Amino acid sequence: MSEAVMADAMVSPAVGGPYVEKAGGPVVDFSYVGIDAILEQMRRKAMKQGFELNIMVVGQSGLGKSTLMNTLFKSKVSRKSVLATGQEKIPKTIEIKSISHDIEEKGVRMKLTVIDTPGFGDQINNENCWQPIMKFINDQYEAYLQEEININRKKRIPDSRVHCCIYFIPPTGHCLRPLDVEFMRRLSKVVNIVPVIAKADTLTLEERDFFKKKIREELRANGIDVYPQKEFDEDAEDRMINEKIREMIPFAVVGSDQEYQVNGRRLLGRKTKWGTIEVENIAHCEFAYLRDLLIRSHMQNIKDITSSIHYEMYRVRRLNENNTVVARANGIPEHHLAAHEM
Amino acid sequence: MQLPLLTESSRCFVLQLAATTMASTEIARQAGEGARAVPLAGHVGFDSMPDQLVNKSVNHGFCFNILCVGETGLGKSTLMDTLFNTKFEGEPTQHNQPGVTLKSNTYELQESNVRLKLTVVNTVGFGDQINKEDSYKSIVEFIDAQFEAYLQEELKIKRTLHSYHDTRIHACLYFIAPTGHSLKSLDLVTMKKLDSKVNIIPIVAKSDAISKSELAKFKIKITSELVSNGVQIYQFPTDDESVAEINSTMNSHLPFAVVGSTEEVKIGNKMVKARQYPWGTVQVENENHCDFVKLREMLIRVNMEDLREQTHTRHYELYRRCKLEEMGFKDTDPDSKPFSLQETYEAKRNEFMGELQKKEEEMRQMFVQRVKEKEAELKEAEKELHEKFDRLKKLHQDEKKKLEDKKKSLDDELNMFKQKKTAAELLYNQAQQAGGSTTLKRDKERKNFF
Repeated sequence: MSEAVMADAMVSPAVGGPYVEKAGGPVVDFSYVGIDAILEQMRRKAMKQGFELNIMVVGQSGLGKSTLMNTLFKSKVSRKSVLATGQEKIPKTIEIKSISHDIEEKGVRMKLTVIDTPGFGDQINNENCWQPIMKFINDQYEAYLQEEININRKKRIPDSRVHCCIYFIPPTGHCLRPLDVEFMRRLSKVVNIVPVIAKADTLTLEERDFFKKKIREELRANGIDVYPQKEFDEDAEDRMINEKIREMIPFAVVGSDQEYQVNGRRLLGRKTKWGTIEVENIAHCEFAYLRDLLIRSHMQNIKDITSSIHYEMYRVRRLNENNTVVARANGIPEHHLAAHEM
Repeated sequence: MQLPLLTESSRCFVLQLAATTMASTEIARQAGEGARAVPLAGHVGFDSMPDQLVNKSVNHGFCFNILCVGETGLGKSTLMDTLFNTKFEGEPTQHNQPGVTLKSNTYELQESNVRLKLTVVNTVGFGDQINKEDSYKSIVEFIDAQFEAYLQEELKIKRTLHSYHDTRIHACLYFIAPTGHSLKSLDLVTMKKLDSKVNIIPIVAKSDAISKSELAKFKIKITSELVSNGVQIYQFPTDDESVAEINSTMNSHLPFAVVGSTEEVKIGNKMVKARQYPWGTVQVENENHCDFVKLREMLIRVNMEDLREQTHTRHYELYRRCKLEEMGFKDTDPDSKPFSLQETYEAKRNEFMGELQKKEEEMRQMFVQRVKEKEAELKEAEKELHEKFDRLKKLHQDEKKKLEDKKKSLDDELNMFKQKKTAAELLYNQAQQAGGSTTLKRDKERKNFF
C-alpha cells in the first residue's frame, strides 16, 4: 500500500551565508549548497539548444517591410534579399512566404523565420484578406498540436508558431483605415500584434504624436489589445514596464540597410537633401525602442504568451470543437461533455 | 458498430478545416528545413536571450524532487539534512512497519535569488518486513502516480502546465547497506524495477563503517553486479564539453560512499561537519574521508537540470507512450486528417457507455429475479403456515370431540348410578315397610343388586 503524505511545510530554512546567524563568527561558504548553480546549468542548456523565433510582417507593399527586417537583424533576412527577383510584381492573391535563417551572436544561436505576406491590402477588393493569414497562423498551431498529441513524439517539437506579427500602418497622419482596424481586431485574438508606423520620416514630430494618439484611441475604442496586452500583465512590476511601452505604441520607425558617414561615425540611415535620418537615434525615430522591445527585453515574454496563452486557447477550442462534432453525431447532448475528461 | 459515425465526424472535420475565402491563397514554405546561415553586420542584441530565459525561470522558481530508497536506519534523513544544509522535519521511524509506505515533504529553499521547491520522498519501512517480495511495489506505484498526475494535467482540455507543481521524481538515491560484500538481492530486484522509471544514483550509506581497501573492492563488486544484472543507473552526461570531463571522472567513482552528519566539530580553527569517534573524526566534506562532496557536486551543482530533463524526456515519455498504447491509442499516419486521440477516445467512451448500460440491464434483471424468488419463498412460507393452522385446528377439534364424548359417557354413567341409587332407596323403603319377611327379599334384592 503506498500512501504519499504531502506535508507542505513552507519552511524556509536558512540556506546560504547572509541568512544564517551562527554563534562564533561569520559563516564561510561551507554552508553554501549550490542551488543557484542551476541557473548556469540552464544557461548552458539554452546555449546548446539554440532559440527559435518566427516573425510575420504584414502590410501593404511599399511600406518598407523588408528593409525593416533587414535593419532589425542587421543582415539580409528578408525574402527580397534572398530571392533576387528582378520584377517587383504585386501578386494577384495574398501569398504567404517564409524564409528561415540561422544567425549567431556571441555563442547564442537562433533560428529566425521571417514570414512575408505579399499581396496583403493591395487588391481592389480587400474583403477577407486576413483569412489566409489567420489560416496560416492556425495551421502552425495545428501542426504543433498534432505533434504534441502523438504517442511517439520528438524530443523537441519544432516550433513554427508565429510568435509576433508586425503590422505596418501607412503614415497618413489621420487615423486608422477600416482595413487596419478589421485586421488587427481579428488577429489580436490569435497572435501578438505589434503595430508600427512605417516610413515615419514623412511625419513631423507633432504630426507623429497626433497620429499616435489617434491610433491608440481607435484601438481602445475597438477593443483591440495589441502587445503588450493589458490582461497578461503578471505583477505590478510587469505592469509598470508595460504601461511605459503601451504609452509609446505604435512605434514610428524608419528602416535602412545602408550606412552613411555622420559626425565621423558610420551609421545606418537615410540620406536626403535636407539631412540624414539616423535609424538608431531615438530623437529621429523609434526604431531603437522597437528593437529593444522585440529582441533585447521581451523576446522570451512574446514566445511565452504565444505558447501558454494563444496556443492554449487554440487547443481548447480545437479539442472542444472535436467533442461537439462527435457528440452531435452520436446524439449526446452537449452539456453532458465535461471540460476535463480522460 | 460505431465506425460509420466516426467517418461521419471526420468528414465534418474536413469540411470545417477547408477555409472558404474570397481571395484564394497560395502558401509556399521555402527553405523550412535547411535554413541558411547569415552573418550579422552589427550587434543585434539577441545574445540576451539566455538571460531572458534565466530571468523568467528565476521568477517562476524551480522544483526538484528526490526519492530516497533504502532500509531503515541507513541515514537517509541525515544525508538530506547534510546535503541541503538544513534540518528537515521528522523523527526516525520505527522498525515494525507492516509494509512499505512513502512519505513526502515539500520545502521551499532559497539561495541568493533562486527559489527551489524541494520535495524529499522517503521510503518508510523498506526492508523491515519478513517477506520483502512486494517491497518494491509501493515505490513503483508512487512513481507511476506522479507520472500519471502529470499526464492527466497534460491531457486536460483547459490546462495550466506552466504553473503546475511538478511532482515527478527527478532523482532516486538508492542507499546500499555497508556490508562490504555485495548487493543484497532486495537491492538488485528493486533497482531493476526502478531503472526504467527514474534516474537511479546508488550510494553506499554510512561508509565510515568500511575501510578504504574494502570500500574499493565493494564498489567494484557493486558495479559489476549492476552491469551483469542489466541495471541501468544514471550516467552523468558527457556530451557538453564544459562538464564532460568532470562528469566522466565522477562516473567512474559511482557508487558514491557517503557519510552524513549535521553535527559540527572543531578541526583546527574551523567548524566542520563531522562524526566524532574515540579513534578519530570523519569529516563529511573531506574528499579523502568520503565522497559526500562529489555527490553534492554531481547532484546539485552540475547536473540538476540534466536530471530534470532526463526525467521529462526519457522516463516520462516512456511512461506516456506505454500508458497511451495500453489505452488503445495509436498514431495516425501524417496524411490522415482526424484527431487520432479524440476519436479513438470517443469510440472507447461509447464502448464504455454501452458496457455500462449492459451491466445496468444485467443488474436490473438480477434484481427482478431476486424479487421474484423472494416472493415465491414468502408464498411458500405462507402456505405452510396456513396448513399448519388447519392441522392444528383439526387437532383441536378432534380433542374437543373426544373430550365431549368422554364427558357424555361420564354423564351417562352418573345418570345410571343416580337411577340405581334411587331404585335402591325405593326398595329399601319398601323393605322397611314390609317388615322382617322382607329380609330374604332384601337379601335377594341385595343379591340381585349385586
